[in-house]
Amino acid sequence: MDRLIDLLPELWDATLETLYVATSGFILGGLAGLILGMALYATRAGSLFPQRAVFGVLNVIVNTFRPIPFIILLAAVQPLARGLGLPGIGAPFAIFAIAIASLFAISRIVEQNLLTVRPGVIEAARAAGASRARILFRLVPREALGPLILGYTFIVVALIDMTAMAGVVAAGGLGQFAINFGFKQFNPWVTWAAVLIIIVIVQIVQLVGNALGRRVLRR
Amino acid sequence: MTLIRLSGVTKTFPAATRDAQPVTAVDDVTLEIAAGEICGIIGYSGAGKSTVLRLVNALETPTSGTVEVDGVDITRLGERGLRRLRGDIGMIFQQFNLFDSRTVAGNVAYPLEVAGRSRAEVRARVAELLEFVGLGDKAGNYPEQLSGGQKQRVGIARALATSPRILLADEATSALDPDTTAEVLSLLKRVNVELGVTILVITHEMDVIRTLADRVVVMEHGRIIEEGAVFDILSAPRHAATARFVSSIIEDVPTGDDLATLRSRHPGRIVTLDVREGAAAQADVFAALSTHGVRFEVVHGGINDIRGRVFGHLTLALTGEADAVDRALATASAFAELTEEGTRG
Repeated sequence: MDRLIDLLPELWDATLETLYVATSGFILGGLAGLILGMALYATRAGSLFPQRAVFGVLNVIVNTFRPIPFIILLAAVQPLARGLGLPGIGAPFAIFAIAIASLFAISRIVEQNLLTVRPGVIEAARAAGASRARILFRLVPREALGPLILGYTFIVVALIDMTAMAGVVAAGGLGQFAINFGFKQFNPWVTWAAVLIIIVIVQIVQLVGNALGRRVLRR
Repeated sequence: MTLIRLSGVTKTFPAATRDAQPVTAVDDVTLEIAAGEICGIIGYSGAGKSTVLRLVNALETPTSGTVEVDGVDITRLGERGLRRLRGDIGMIFQQFNLFDSRTVAGNVAYPLEVAGRSRAEVRARVAELLEFVGLGDKAGNYPEQLSGGQKQRVGIARALATSPRILLADEATSALDPDTTAEVLSLLKRVNVELGVTILVITHEMDVIRTLADRVVVMEHGRIIEEGAVFDILSAPRHAATARFVSSIIEDVPTGDDLATLRSRHPGRIVTLDVREGAAAQADVFAALSTHGVRFEVVHGGINDIRGRVFGHLTLALTGEADAVDRALATASAFAELTEEGTRG
């Protein structure tokens, strides 16, 4: 316990690092995933801009990269980050890796949730004279907003999981804190403190996400 | 004046899977719809009526043939021209297809926003439309707070937002109960009479045709098999499929078990009188039976009134001397068509 009190400043820093990496990764991955997800949705057969070849390629890319375990992907994308002029370790690299890993998962979630908009609703908008682009960019995301928020909430939790692993590339954060000061120094109190903070962060995200989702869905 | 003209239109959908055959949903259909009329297309599911409806506002494009709206071949229009066309054609749906993320007012406003109308213009028009469909107090509600009939009235208000000259109704009452159906049909009638909107309805319910339409087109397997004034088709269907639709709402001729029961109960001769238009013929037949001393009892039948024009059948069980009955029927058949239903045994 005394050791934990000594480490409080480090714990605080680790918490901020986790929040920073998770938030940045979420913003980048969330945006890229939204674009890729909408592209998957729009190009699928029978959709607004059916493009069999484009959909096929995107679909294969997502199916290939999505199941790769994060810790392996983290190592695998290092040359890519360097090639793009980014550092190969530390928080910026962790953010880059998390954005890539989450982008594929998010694109699938976006695609699935956009598909919940009934074809009849899209037909009604077409019959009302709306252009395909207007329907894709304005109507469909708005109609699917409730499930989209719940899907994004789900992915943020997975993303926090990824940030804990980012410690292995010296990105800091609660994962690295728990391993270095708790596990390696045989001090379970320190580990449990990190666990507690993660639980609190996840619960807050879940609570806010669910509340927002419910509000949009009006139930 | 012809407002909508389909000429030799065929629509073939590509095969859904590699092994399947392409589907010809609409097969060489030629159809004219006059401005101001209510035309009903009836058919079983898969008859192609839904596709015909979607060809009119170019949600589907024909494989061959032309579709003209107000003299313009819409198969040649670009995306911009189509959007303008759709501002002149409203559409309502069986499942209403309202936008769940928008309020009632927001739904009605949608076509106006798409058309780029000013905010003030949209607000005024939405209020006017909601008043017209009787939902002035529901502007701020969301679709899930409405009953089926109210949802369809929102659908109608939305379809009328841009003051179209044509309204397409896709099984608009099929998801509604009988009372609500009557309510929505009378609203559609008002849309036609008060606003002068030409309405094309598709349905599988002959009752909708009888209540609403001036003219009916019967479709089967992608083709038009019969068309004409509602009265003519209902009173004298020529095609077997048409007769089945007619018999779903008009059961005035005894058949099968009904006929067997009648025969077992009435030992004498049973005839069915075809009643059409002039009520005088009916009176003449009754008078002929009376003067020959033949007593009769109406045992089955029904008289239908299609906007003031009458048709139907009355089945009579006759009692009297065999000679008298023969003579009475000979006299009566001069006034109306009589069909012998046979006697027991």
